[in-house]
Amino acid sequence: MHPAPSVIVFSVLSGAGFGLLFYFGFGFAHPSGLMAFLWWGLGYSLAVIGLLASTFHLGNPKRAWRAFTQWRTSWLSREAWASVAALVLLAPMALSDWLDLGLPRPFGWLGGALALLTVFTTSMIYTQIKAVPRWHHWLTPVMFLSFALAGGAVLAGQSFAAVFLAALVVMLLAIWQVGDGQFARRAQTLGTATGLDRIGDVTVFEQAHTAGNYLLREMIFVVGRKHAQKLRAIALALAAVIPAGLLAISGEVWAFALAAICHLIGALAARWLFFAEAEHVVGLFYGKR
Amino acid sequence: MTSLPVSTEKRLGLAIDLDTCVGCQACVTACKGWNDQGYGVPLSDQNPYGAEPSGVFLNRVHSYAVQPIDGAAQTINFPRSCLHCEDAPCVTVCPTGASYKRSEDGIVLVNEDACIGCGLCAWACPYGAREMDAAAGVMKKCTLCVDRIYNENLPEEDREPACVRGCPTGARHFGDFADPDSKVSRLSAARGGYALMPDLGTKPVNRYLPPRKKDVRQDASILAPLLDIKASGFAGWLDRVLGKI
Ligand code: SF4
Ligand code: SF4
Ligand code: SF4
Repeated sequence: MHPAPSVIVFSVLSGAGFGLLFYFGFGFAHPSGLMAFLWWGLGYSLAVIGLLASTFHLGNPKRAWRAFTQWRTSWLSREAWASVAALVLLAPMALSDWLDLGLPRPFGWLGGALALLTVFTTSMIYTQIKAVPRWHHWLTPVMFLSFALAGGAVLAGQSFAAVFLAALVVMLLAIWQVGDGQFARRAQTLGTATGLDRIGDVTVFEQAHTAGNYLLREMIFVVGRKHAQKLRAIALALAAVIPAGLLAISGEVWAFALAAICHLIGALAARWLFFAEAEHVVGLFYGKR
Repeated sequence: MTSLPVSTEKRLGLAIDLDTCVGCQACVTACKGWNDQGYGVPLSDQNPYGAEPSGVFLNRVHSYAVQPIDGAAQTINFPRSCLHCEDAPCVTVCPTGASYKRSEDGIVLVNEDACIGCGLCAWACPYGAREMDAAAGVMKKCTLCVDRIYNENLPEEDREPACVRGCPTGARHFGDFADPDSKVSRLSAARGGYALMPDLGTKPVNRYLPPRKKDVRQDASILAPLLDIKASGFAGWLDRVLGKI
């Protein structure tokens, strides 16, 4: 699948943002005064910038409001609702922290839960696609939620962040291991896709068109997989291993800041791979994957 | 609404005969020609006369080489367009309600005025039947020529999809698969018509008719008996005499 920068930036930033808001909502961190304004502001900015970035890959962004209408069937629509609901419901808690209004913490619980639910709905947009076997697995939501919880914990300055980052290592290795075999497990080939395997061995004789098209650009992205192994090592190191090490050494603010930047860059690399390595079954018709 | 209808009165679709299709691309051209000026925005092309042309087509014809275990290899041409699935994943993923399946005849359509061009439906379709229009930013797909098949301004014989009408070998057939007596249903039953990738649970309506069994190639020439001439009469006598000299 084509790794569109807008979608990668969106899902990484908003994932981390909603992760941070989750911790605020449940009161793992409760800053006050100016600190609250800046810190809550960081959570809101990441979440909102991410959501805005996601509209850049739309063909008709001016109609984006329509994406709220189909929550009964569409995960993308549910994501739109969950994100707005989380941002609205957490606002009183954020104001209370900033202006010291003393609102009881349980006010933030619902918003905090919705923040995590938003990340889950994002992950389901990909998980539901049967035509992309690598995504169609329960590890996909686990991966999105792990990134949000680990990234959020680092941004929220939580002492257990290092543990979550270590868990991220295991999760990444697992999803890559399982993901690599997903297409083969589906046992779809050019022969089964066309149904011509009932006659014999099928190969492409001539492509359906000599020039490129939307399908080849969007769904059959083969160029980026060359360096996948190297990128995996980089993603693993930056997103999890190095920040975990940093936080093991020091609990100071600078360590958290450095760990957060490092983690986000690694997360971008991992998300790029999530798209670039995913193969859509339509590639079979072209004899490509 | 992107909920799928529980059932549809008709199940309109195509039966595509892989035996007769010669891969001439006439259906591709007929489809592009009709739909460029019919339903919704035109099917735009980008850089059509340049080095890297690209454009939207609702129907594409592949060519495959198929090698049976014994016998000669075959060229099989394979048209690919929307299968108007009963359990269409492209419809349920749509966040705006632009994609929908009609309850009256099962045609899967895009309401282009509501489409935001997110492309999610094209991801969800396993058959590559949807292509985004780069000029208008909306999703295009086969409409089953909904603006022809019910169009009373057209002569009766033209009220079928452009690709069906344009096919010179009659390899594409249009009809109602819900009616067991329709031409397409009978054709599909007689020829062992099959659905594409049924294990993905999309329940396509369109059927592909597999190529018929090919004759087995004979190594001995059928002309051989004719070449083994036994001359008789005068010619026979001459043959014998001359043979002895
Ligand atoms: S072939 Fe693709 S676009 Fe057509 S109905 Fe099925 S899933 Fe949807
Ligand atoms: S591209 Fe248009 S029709 Fe397809 S899912 Fe998005 S809004 Fe719906
Ligand atoms: S039915 Fe109409 S829109 Fe669909 S492939 Fe044929 S010509 Fe194109």
